[in-house]
Amino acid sequence: MAAFILRRLLLLPLVVLGLTMLIFALLQFLSPEMRASLYINDPKQLNAVPDIIAKYHLDRPAYVQFWDWLMQVLRGDLGWSETAREPVADAIRGFLPATIELSLYSFAVILTVGIWLGTQSAVHKDRWIDHLSRITSISGASLPIFVWGLVLLMLFYGHFGWFGPGRLSLAADLFVRSPQFRSYTGLITIDAALNGRWWILIDGLRHLVLPVATLTYYLTAVLVRVTRSAMLETLRTDYVRTAQAKGLARHVVVDKHARRNALIPVITIASYLLFANLLVGVVVTETIFNYPGIGRWGVGATQQLDVPSVAGFALFSGGLLVLGNLCADVLYALVDPRIRLQ
Amino acid sequence: MSALRSSPAAISLPPEGAAPGESEIARHRLFRRFRKNPLSVLGAVIVGSFVAVALLAPVLAHPVGRNAYLIPHSGYAADPRPPGPGHPFGTTEEQFDLYYGVVWGARTAFLVALTVIAAAVGVALLLGSLSGFYGGAVDEIVMRITDIFLALPNIILAVVIVVVLGPSIRNLVLAIAAVQWPVYTRLLRGEFLRVREMEYVQAARALGSGDWRVVTRHLIPNTVYPVLILASLDMGGVVIQFAFLSFLGLGVPVGYADWGQLVSLSKNWIVGTAGDPFTYWYTLIIPGAAIFLFVLGWNLLGDAFRDVFDPRLRGSF
Repeated sequence: MAAFILRRLLLLPLVVLGLTMLIFALLQFLSPEMRASLYINDPKQLNAVPDIIAKYHLDRPAYVQFWDWLMQVLRGDLGWSETAREPVADAIRGFLPATIELSLYSFAVILTVGIWLGTQSAVHKDRWIDHLSRITSISGASLPIFVWGLVLLMLFYGHFGWFGPGRLSLAADLFVRSPQFRSYTGLITIDAALNGRWWILIDGLRHLVLPVATLTYYLTAVLVRVTRSAMLETLRTDYVRTAQAKGLARHVVVDKHARRNALIPVITIASYLLFANLLVGVVVTETIFNYPGIGRWGVGATQQLDVPSVAGFALFSGGLLVLGNLCADVLYALVDPRIRLQ
Repeated sequence: MSALRSSPAAISLPPEGAAPGESEIARHRLFRRFRKNPLSVLGAVIVGSFVAVALLAPVLAHPVGRNAYLIPHSGYAADPRPPGPGHPFGTTEEQFDLYYGVVWGARTAFLVALTVIAAAVGVALLLGSLSGFYGGAVDEIVMRITDIFLALPNIILAVVIVVVLGPSIRNLVLAIAAVQWPVYTRLLRGEFLRVREMEYVQAARALGSGDWRVVTRHLIPNTVYPVLILASLDMGGVVIQFAFLSFLGLGVPVGYADWGQLVSLSKNWIVGTAGDPFTYWYTLIIPGAAIFLFVLGWNLLGDAFRDVFDPRLRGSF
């Protein structure tokens, strides 16, 4: 297994280098003036665009420019974000906690509901729970996230008025920004609990309900399908039949014998699907709910053609996905004894 | 995706030179298996209806202006109007006719999805065959390039491409194709690697067939089914991506007949008026339902194709 992970680790810098090259190559479609914006760190520098073009050789061959840009990125300098009105790196740091909070809750919901429903569906094949879960997962896989989010908003914000868009209500938002509230993690619900401010915790959770419901429907649907078919396959195997024949309790057979083995393919397929789709889903969901995370900022930047923000956003999410896939590989090696013991 | 790696072609396709009667029986069996599953039939019916709507668009909704894809609008009043005479589905904000938009939007959906998939498959045929057939350094290079493209979440890569190329429908399609090709290339490469070792390929080689003939006459025809399955499952996904990018206002001009934009025209109206929260339900539900049904139809059909062509997966879903 060490060799397997080592190979992945060695490939990692190559993929990341390729990623920066791809983004850089795409940026070459823009004029030198627009690319100059990548090197501006302060609105005051805007008058100095010709100097910046000269300084960073933006009219010189691409490889010279790539080297300069790469060095700058490696120093953690991603340019100035006009949409966030701060350096791109700071903007990413500022928006990230909200996105992490949304993703963590969504992840928990997807894994619990997806695996549970998928198992139930396989164990009770062709019974009502199976039909129900198949119908919900087929429709979930066909419902675009942005339409689903708007439908939820229409129902639960427009009609019932239970949950609103945004991350916090105005009063809670003001309080969180006041000196009375200490920020530990940047995750509102956790910080509120640590501060002992339960009304903020509840307010934060209320604002998470709809985004989480939006984000999780599609991915839960996918996970239910994968779990169900993996479980069905495992339930047909000889050792499960043996376990049943020797009189083991049903839940022991399902939980210990079947599901543990069924989860191996689930983990591989699901973790790749989940990481990539969660990132995309976050972008869509945050836009719909005006949720102040990294995805909404990225979309806002594209709509205003804010090049440094778009480049920084793409670089960051690509890096995140590469890391996520690496984790998936390691996880896969860890859960499957056949690979672990190789 | 891993499900698609299995080998449907070898099982369902009769080998070259089989008796014609045999292949007819096989085809008949496939068709019967397809018909037995009500969901497959439902998928075929939905997709068939959309094909009909797209083909009959000029009859169903008579174009008014020079460009038939621009939705006619009566006046510039801000508030959407409910379904009524003259506007069977109502109008969006600024009075774009929803019925016209949904009907011609079906054409847009097919045009976009088919163009994207044709472009992706074209690139994949070239790179995938080079990679899978010759292997070695070519294979390594092509695969590392797909790794890099796949390292960016699809929508985000598409968005970056649209931003740098400038927003337009053509660039949107290009961007989505740039996102899709690595998936097809990897699939085709895997299939080529598998089929390359088959006995009938060795037989063809022994009979003196050149590379070109082996690739075009033996490899490509025998990798058609997995590509077909992936493409049919992908039709919906491509349309969702296009609709979302258009929803964000990237590339599609205002008033263009496209479902994503119709949904975006509804986003200011989801709250409704005091006393009647669902005043403007039609602005969201009608175009939303069009996208949902289109994607659902293709997903069901794609599943059906997979069931029919890939016996190993039959009954698992």
